[in-house]
Parts: sequence; structure tokens; C-alpha cells
Amino acid sequence: MEQILLFAPLVGALICGFSWRLIGQQAACVVATLFLALSCLLSWIIFLTFDPDAHANGYYTESVMTWIQSGTLFTDWAIRIDRLTAIMLIVITTVSALVHLYSFGYMAHDENFKEGESYRPRFFAYLSFFTFAMLMLVTADNLLQLFFGWEGVGVASYLLIGFYYRKPSAGAAAMKAFIVNRVGDFGFLLGIFAIFWMTDSIQFDVILPMGAELAEMSITFLGMELDAANTIAFLLFIGAMGKSAQLLLHTWLPDAMEGPTPVSALIHAATMVTAGVFLVCRMSPIIEYAPVAGNFIVIVGAVTAFFAATVGLVQNDIKRVIAYSTCSQLGYMFVAAGVGVYSVAMFHLLTHAFFKAMLFLGAGSVIHAMHHEQDMRNYGGLRKKIPYTFWAMMLGTLAITGVGIPLLYLGFPVGFAGFVSKDAVIESAFAFGPGLGEFAFWMLVISALFTSFYSWRLMFLTFYGEARGNKHTHDHAHESPKTMLVPLGVLAVGAVFAGMVWYGPFFGHTDSVARFFGVPYAEEGHGEEHADEGHGEEAMAEVAGAAEEAVAGTGAADEAETGAAEEAATEMAAADEGTGAEEEHAEAAAGEEAHAMDEAGDHGEAHYVFTGAPGEGAIHHAPDNHVLNDAHSVPVWVKLAPFFAMLIGFATAYLFYIANPSIPGRLAAQQRPLYNFLLNKWYFDEIYDFLFVRPARRLGRFLWKGGDGAVIDGGINGLAMGIVPFFTRNLNRLQSGYIFHYAFAMVLGIVILITWMTLSAG
Amino acid sequence: MIGADLAILTPEIVLSLFAMAGLMAAVYTSKDGLAPALTWGTALLFVIMAFYIGITGEGSRTAFDGMFVEDSFSRFAKVTILLSAAAILAISQDYMSKAGLLRFEFPMLIVLAVVGMMLMVSAGDMLALYMGLELQSLALYVVASLRRDSVRSTEAGLKYFVLGALSSGLLLYGVSLTYGYTGTTQFAGIIAASGGEMSLGLLFGLVFILAGMAFKVSAAPFHMWTPDVYEGSPTPVTALFATAPKVAAMALFARVVHDAFGGVVGDWQQVVAFLSVISMFLGAIAAIGQTDIKRLMAYSSISHMGFALMGLAAGTAVGVEAMLIYMAIYVAMNIGTFAFILTMERDGRHVTDISSLGAFASKEPGKAMAILVLMFSLAGVPPLLGFFGKYAVLTAAVDAEMIWLAVAGVIASVIGAFYYIRIVYLMYFGEERKGLDGRMGLATYVGLIAMALVIGLGWVPGINLFGIEGPAEIAAAMLTR
Repeated sequence: MEQILLFAPLVGALICGFSWRLIGQQAACVVATLFLALSCLLSWIIFLTFDPDAHANGYYTESVMTWIQSGTLFTDWAIRIDRLTAIMLIVITTVSALVHLYSFGYMAHDENFKEGESYRPRFFAYLSFFTFAMLMLVTADNLLQLFFGWEGVGVASYLLIGFYYRKPSAGAAAMKAFIVNRVGDFGFLLGIFAIFWMTDSIQFDVILPMGAELAEMSITFLGMELDAANTIAFLLFIGAMGKSAQLLLHTWLPDAMEGPTPVSALIHAATMVTAGVFLVCRMSPIIEYAPVAGNFIVIVGAVTAFFAATVGLVQNDIKRVIAYSTCSQLGYMFVAAGVGVYSVAMFHLLTHAFFKAMLFLGAGSVIHAMHHEQDMRNYGGLRKKIPYTFWAMMLGTLAITGVGIPLLYLGFPVGFAGFVSKDAVIESAFAFGPGLGEFAFWMLVISALFTSFYSWRLMFLTFYGEARGNKHTHDHAHESPKTMLVPLGVLAVGAVFAGMVWYGPFFGHTDSVARFFGVPYAEEGHGEEHADEGHGEEAMAEVAGAAEEAVAGTGAADEAETGAAEEAATEMAAADEGTGAEEEHAEAAAGEEAHAMDEAGDHGEAHYVFTGAPGEGAIHHAPDNHVLNDAHSVPVWVKLAPFFAMLIGFATAYLFYIANPSIPGRLAAQQRPLYNFLLNKWYFDEIYDFLFVRPARRLGRFLWKGGDGAVIDGGINGLAMGIVPFFTRNLNRLQSGYIFHYAFAMVLGIVILITWMTLSAG
Repeated sequence: MIGADLAILTPEIVLSLFAMAGLMAAVYTSKDGLAPALTWGTALLFVIMAFYIGITGEGSRTAFDGMFVEDSFSRFAKVTILLSAAAILAISQDYMSKAGLLRFEFPMLIVLAVVGMMLMVSAGDMLALYMGLELQSLALYVVASLRRDSVRSTEAGLKYFVLGALSSGLLLYGVSLTYGYTGTTQFAGIIAASGGEMSLGLLFGLVFILAGMAFKVSAAPFHMWTPDVYEGSPTPVTALFATAPKVAAMALFARVVHDAFGGVVGDWQQVVAFLSVISMFLGAIAAIGQTDIKRLMAYSSISHMGFALMGLAAGTAVGVEAMLIYMAIYVAMNIGTFAFILTMERDGRHVTDISSLGAFASKEPGKAMAILVLMFSLAGVPPLLGFFGKYAVLTAAVDAEMIWLAVAGVIASVIGAFYYIRIVYLMYFGEERKGLDGRMGLATYVGLIAMALVIGLGWVPGINLFGIEGPAEIAAAMLTR
């Protein structure tokens, strides 16, 4: 089943790309879509039926074939299924299948291509190929296979950004995306090399359990002693920064909007750009023991979230607003991963995939309706013209801005998907502790305010107010066909419910998260400081009692006082790593009991800790990582902060674009330098152009003209057109036709040979 | 006893008798009128003999007290010689009759030359070697000047004769030196006497013998006759020069260095490597300036002989095997190429200038494709057979730790690729001008296409060079045991 899932998109891509002349354009596109739908169905089956407890360490692998065997390097093509993979599978295949469907409508007519020119099968084939590469990335069981997928999606992204190959800007954007990603990939490759150097393997099942050991090792490079875990984590994160468009390597993402909108939805919002987050989560056993790199991830994520949100405030191109929004949301995910709650990072990845894909597809629908007009200043009042799109966009906006009912808890928080996951990220950031945690927290809250502002700005400019711009275009604005609306509807379900449905497994109590990700866990021995905070001491005691019973049931402990039982529980937690299934079972029983009690009592309590060794389960938490627990017990004002940020953002947007539309213009005129600073994206492109692009061009020109042209070409040409012909002329002159010349040459040959032989023999 | 000896020589005797009978028959009947029948009969007899030798031959036998050796090595060479001579006869028939050269002496002279070649490759004694060599050479001197009313043809024959006499002199001088220092002319005796430390006189003898044989394979610097003779001789004769005698001389070369001087590999290895390098480079560089395709093929053959000598220079069984494979492939490529050259005609006249090939592909795409295959193969482009020949000799050189020789070979091959590819360039992209208009006879057409197919498809798994590797390996093992 896994193999069918993995290779169906590839088969679809090949059939669609190479045999559409045989079976017709429409049929080819349908074939590709059907193969993806099959892949999607299988993904959901795997996601829903996957039981981490049924497999050792919470994953299983299925080998496809032996790939490389060279020295100590041994690599299979293999499919690794664990919880992380399962999550990514549904995200990728669901969005991809819907985007395929959507493209039937969106790509039906395209003025970038000439009449009668065939482009749709190519488009569908690229999409399917992308999906295959992405699946390869997430199902990899070793770093090389992951890198193969990593590069594969890069290629597909390049091809799709440059899909409108007649537009010079599209070609330039494609190159930019590819080249900027090269920078990140270089770091990634160095990371892989470093891992292989340190552990002599690139197989996940070998390297992940070595996370803690890596922290003890050091890499000697150019005379520097580098901490192995930190260096590796840092290098891998460089790769993730490139792919996930984090600050400094983010410049390609807004430009990538040159591609068709379905591409933006699939690749540049839901899947490929989240590969970096996936990578960090996948390598969590190493990241956990690399505190410096972890802090770096938090800083980069927080600053990116803030930076992208500020730029998003003033952009006028509808797709660029959403692109910066994506960039910003990716920053949220990295903050979550950096502070050590990988489940929350994955949670936000999942919900974001739904609502961001929907926003993009909705934007595509608007663009489609407006005849490929993308400037929001030329929109306005479209609510009545395209009602379905409007409502879809509205749901998406409610989700991304984080609308929900704070503090209400019905076993899960009540609100749109973005509300649940974004608050989870923000609370986790706060729980990371004072200093860096608070810095990240405030950055994210401010970003949430900006997010709310620019999202509502987009809504108001597009759907409310007076119709602006070309009147003809507005008159002919029309609702999109069903193939485009159905995906919007499906994604809307996700955008609304994904957060509430999956709150427990991703950001619930430690035990439910642990079960979901297949990580061993155990009851926590409470320290005194917890009791001081007054968190349900009674419940704690009961839990301790339950644990004691469990221990007694396995015959591993004796009767004890309540306090002693706590100690016993701690011991048990420590001993858990090496115990048999019987004991674990008892533990699970205790856990369930405790969980039931918890739900009955006040929520937010966490009495469990992750006890998995590195490599056990899909994600790993170091023994001193309590962020998930602490995130549930943050002060109330912290929980309310993002909600109020959202409200302020909404109110400001309402004031600016509905109540008094003259304010933005005046403000921009008043704060001209700031406005230009934001409009020009903090001048990153200009700085890079000056620092890297132009020097690289100069160097390239020099090597081209001077190095290649003069030296190499000159050398070869000189040899081929000067020296060889010189010999040719002389040899032909020797061929005089006179027989005595010929005889002389023979005698000369004999003389040379005789002399040589005599000398060498003597 | 004499009966048993003669039995071993059966093919040679049959061919000799056939030559005499043919001459007599033609002289006393319709003279040149019998020529077509004689030509085809000869070709047929060659093929029959090739099969006879290839199928019945077994083991290793000697006749006349070791003067004549019949073993797997000589059989491999003989089969190649006979088949290539038969092919040359078949493709030259058309040309000869058009040019008014279809004389009955021609096939008979070729039969005698072939008998000489067969004696050469079977020689077990310096004198037998010389007998075979002279029989072959005398016949070839005559056919070179077959067009006796043409100045160029007679010039070619005369040049070949004078220089050939000089080379025979060198060879004989070497033989007498060898005899003087070892007291025997038999290979077996020489190898016994020359083992260990080699005296300076014997070394001189070795060098002179090598020089004489280098002339026959037209290895530089003993190659000077080749371009002039190739150009001046009637084209079918040129085709013959480029094929069968080269195989015979190369086989003779291998037999002498291994059978007679196998104990002192280090001594002749240097000479052969020297000849090889000079030939490869000279052939490659000098060919670039040629405008006549026959002269070009002359330099091409010099360069190819350099490559074949590289295999020999390795001094190992693998090297000899590589050399044999190389020669077999070389012969196949040359038969195909000359089948085409024979039919190059404009306004009813035979032309040989390369520029007449301009835009040939637009008129005759099929033939042009066949030439393309042959030229690429001559240049050594994979996956055509020419590549595998080069690969074999390069591998042999590398295995024998003569890396410098292999590197030189690769460089020479790159330079040489230029003029082969230039022909392809002219055919496909050259200027359209009054080009070739001749029609191809059946035999030449079959020759061209068949060889192009052989060269183009020989690498296909399952065909595997038509299985010549096996016999070549056995032959090489026989020689170097």
C-alpha cells in the first residue's frame, strides 16, 4: 500500500507528461488527478489506522530496493512510516489532489499561451511529479533519500514557477528560487556530511538514537573545536531556512508568486515550504541536544514572523500579501520547533496547510474572476459578484487571524484552526521561559496583530467598498466553475475544524501527545514547587496512588506512603526505558486512569513526562524539556494576548478601509520613509543585489570572458588551430614524393632505434 | 613423412595450384574474358578455405621441421586474411570492369599474395618468414602498378618496390645478425639462445627485423611509402593494401616478437611502443591536411596500426588478443569504407577528393548514415565497434603499466577524430555543389551496408562483437604461452 501511495503520483506524472498526445489532453489530466486521488485515499487510511504502539519505536519501514553500497555507506530506498510521515502524507496528498482538481478550472484558458498550444498536461505532470518528490521527502528513512526528495521538489518548484516561460519575470523568479535554495542546500549537504562523519551512517534508525551521544562529540574543522550536535543542527537548519523561506533566505518566496496560483497554493503555502519544519521535527533527537542551534531557530523564526508580517501590511498584490503571510506563519512553526514542542510545530503546519491553501485558491478564484488582475487596489465590492469565493476567503481569514472563544475549554479550545494552533505556538513560546521565550512571545503577538490587520485589509479591499479599477473587468467578474469551488469547500472544513479535532494529539496533555506520536511516557514525580502553585494537589495524590497500584500490580514495587509512591513513580519513569511490555502496559493503564481524572477535574494539568530515548517515537523531547507541560499553565493574560492582538488588528483594518478609507493614504504620506521601507521589503533584494548578485555577476563575467574565453578556449583553439596545423603542414612537406627522402627517413628511423637501444641496453 | 607435412599445408597448396591453373586456363582460352569468372571463383575459394581452416583446424602442428607452424594464432590470422581478401575482390569487380582493368592476372596475383600472407603468419623460421614475405610483396608490387598506362600507378608500384626492397634488405640483415649470434634461424632456437642477457649484436638484429616488419605494417617512421602508394594505385588495390596485408604483417610481427624473442620482452617492448606512439600521432596529425580520401585513408591506416601496435607493446596475452580484435574490427571498417570509395563517381569518372562529399546526405541519406557509422567507428566513438577495439588496446596498455602509452593513445585519438568527423560534417552540413552521381553496384552496396550494420550493432548484448573475442583469446594464449 505504501508503495502504491508513493509511486502513484509518479506514474500519473509520466502518463500525463509523456502520453497526452496518445490519450488526449483532458484524459491525461484526468489520469494524473485520479492517481493522486488514489494516493490521497491511501494516505488517509494510513493516517487514521496508523498505530505507533503496534511498531517498535513507533515506526516501521518498508524497503523498496538497495540503493547505494559503498564502503561503510549503505542506503536503501525505503519507506518509513511514523506519525510525522503520516501527518505530512495527508497534508501533501489532500492539498495536491484538491489543487489538481482546482487546476481544471483555473488552467482552462491561459493568455500566457498561444491559441491551440498545449500546456495543461505539462502543468499536471509537473504537479504530480512535485507530489511524488515531496512524498519521497517525507517517507525517506535516510538523509540521502530525503535529500533526493528535497532536490526533487526544488526542481518541480523551479519548473512551475517558470511555467509561464514567455514572461521574463517568471524565468527570473524561477532562477532566484533555485539559486537561493542552493545556498540552503549547501548547508544541508554539509549537515549530512557532518552526520555521516560523526556517526558513520545516514540511516535515521542509526543516527536519531545517537542524538545524546552527538552532544558529547566534537568536530574538528580548520583547527576549530565545534560541538557536534550544535553544528549539525545548525547546518541542517540552514537547509531548512532555504526551503522554508526564513529570514535571510526568504527572498525567493514572494517572487515565486510568478507561478500559476494553484502552484502557489500547493508548493509555496502548504507543502514544500513546510519541508524545513518537517526536517527540524524529524531531526528532533539531535536538535534537542543542540541548545544553541535551538535558540538560533527560535530567533530566526520569531524575527521572520515579525519581518514578514510587517512587509505584508503594505503589499498591494493579493498573492504577495498571502506569500508574506506564509513566510510569517512558517516563522511561527520554527519558533514552536525551536522551543522544543515539535508536536505544536506540526500542528500549526497541518492547520496552516488547510487555511493557507484555501486562501491561495480563493485568491486564485478572485484573480480568475477579475481576468488575471492581481492588484487589490483595482478590486473592491466583489462580495456580491463572487459570493462562494467570498465566504471561503472569509473562513480562511477567520482561521488565519485566529478567531475563537478564548478560555472556553470543552476538552478542546473552541475556535477556528488558526486560533487553536497559533495560540499553542504563542503559549509554548512564553513557556520557554524568560529572556528568549518572552522575546519570541512578544514578536509573535505583534505579528498576530499585523496578521489580523493585513488579512482583514485584504478582505476589505477585495470584497467591500466601491469597485475600483477597470469598470469593464468588474462588469464581467464571474464566479468560478465548480471544479474550483469544490476544493475551496473541502479546505474550508479543514480550516474550521482541524484545530479543534486534533487539539488533543498535538497540544493536549503529554500522554495524549505521546501516544499520538508513539513516544514512551511516564508519570512525573512532582516537585515541591509545583505543589506550591496549587495545581490540584488532590488529583496529584490520586494519580500517584494509581501509579502505585500499577506498580504493585506488576510486582515491581512495594507498598509505600503517598510521598514514597511519588518517588517510586519517578524511579519507574527512569527505569521505563529498559522495561518489558508488561510494565508498559500497566503504565498505560495508569495513564488512562489519570487522564480520565484529569478531564473530570480542572484542565491544563499535566502529570506526565516524555521518557522516550532519542529515536523512540516520531519526535523526541530531552528529559529537561518541560515546555509542553508549562505551556498549559501560562498566565491567563498570555492566553488572551493573541486574541486581543487579533481584535486590535481587525479594528484597525476596519477603521482604515471601511470606516475612513482616507487614513492609509495620509499615514503613508506622513510616514514616507517607514512606508517605503516596508513596501520595499526592508530593502533585502537591493542589499542582496549589491552584496551578492552584482559581485557574482562580475566574477562570472570575468571567468567567462577571461577564464573560459581567453584562457581555455584560447588554449584549445591555439592547440587545434595553431599547433596541430603547424605539424600537419610540416609533415605534409616531408611527404615530398622523392623516393630518396623516403629511404632517408627509414634509415634515420633505424639509426634512432639502434642508438636508443644501444644506449638503453648498455 | 613428407606426406604428413604436405597435409598440413593443404590450404596453401590448393590456392597455389588454383593460381597456376587459373593462369593457364585464361592464357589458353579467352584471356580477359575469363576474368569475371576467375574473380568470383577466387573469392568463393577464399571463403571456402576460410571455413575449411576455421572449422577443421585444431591444435598446434608443425611441418618441415618447424619451418611451418599451424596453430590457433595462424588460423585466426588466416581466416581474417582470406575473408577480407574475398570481400575486397567482391567489391572491386564493378570498379575494375568500368575502369577497363578487369584482367585475369589480377585475381591470380591476389591469390599468390594471399598464399604469401598465409605462409608469413605460419612461419616458424626466419627463412620461411622471408619466403612468405617476398611472395606477398612481389605480387603486391605488380598489382600496385596494374594500371600500366597511368604514370601515377606505375610510380606507386615502383616506389613500393624500391622501398620494399630496402625494407627486405633491412630485414635480411637483421636475420643474418640473428643467425650469427644464435646460430639458428628457427624461432624456437632463437628464443632458447636469446634467453637471459641479450648480446648487442642480437639486439641489432632484433631492431633490423622489427624495422623491416614495421615497413610492412606501415608504422612510422617506415610509413613514407603509404600515402603515395595508396593514392597512386587503382582503388581496389588500395583497398586490398589497407586490409589483408596489414593483418598478415601485424600477425607476423606478433609471431616474431613472441615466438622468437618472447624471452626478452623488455627489449622489443620499447621499440614497439616507440613505433606505436609515432604512428598514432603522425597518422592523426598528417591526415588533417589531406584533400584526397585515399591519402586520408592511408594516414588513417598508419594511425590505426599505431593503435594495434599498442596492444602488441603491452607484451602480454591480453595485448595480443586486443591487437587481434583491433585488426579484425579495423578490417571490417575499411572494407565498408572502401566499398563506398570505390563507387565515388562524378560524370562517369572516379573521383577521390573529399570536397565532392558536400551535402551528400541530402541526396543519399541511407548511404550517408552508413558512412557516418563507419567514420564514427574509425574515430572510436562508443558504442560502435571501433570504440571497443581502442578500448581493448588501451586496457591492455594500462594493465601492462604503460599508462603513458595509453594516455598518448587517447590524445592521438582525439586529434584523429577531427578528420573523420570532418567527413561526416561535409556530408551533412557541407556546401551543396556538383557532387557524386555514381550508382552503386550490388556487391559494393551490400559491402557498405553490411559492414555499417556489423560496426553499428556489434556491441549489442547477445552479439558481443560476433564472438571474435573467444578465438582471439585462444589465439593469443597460443602465441604467448
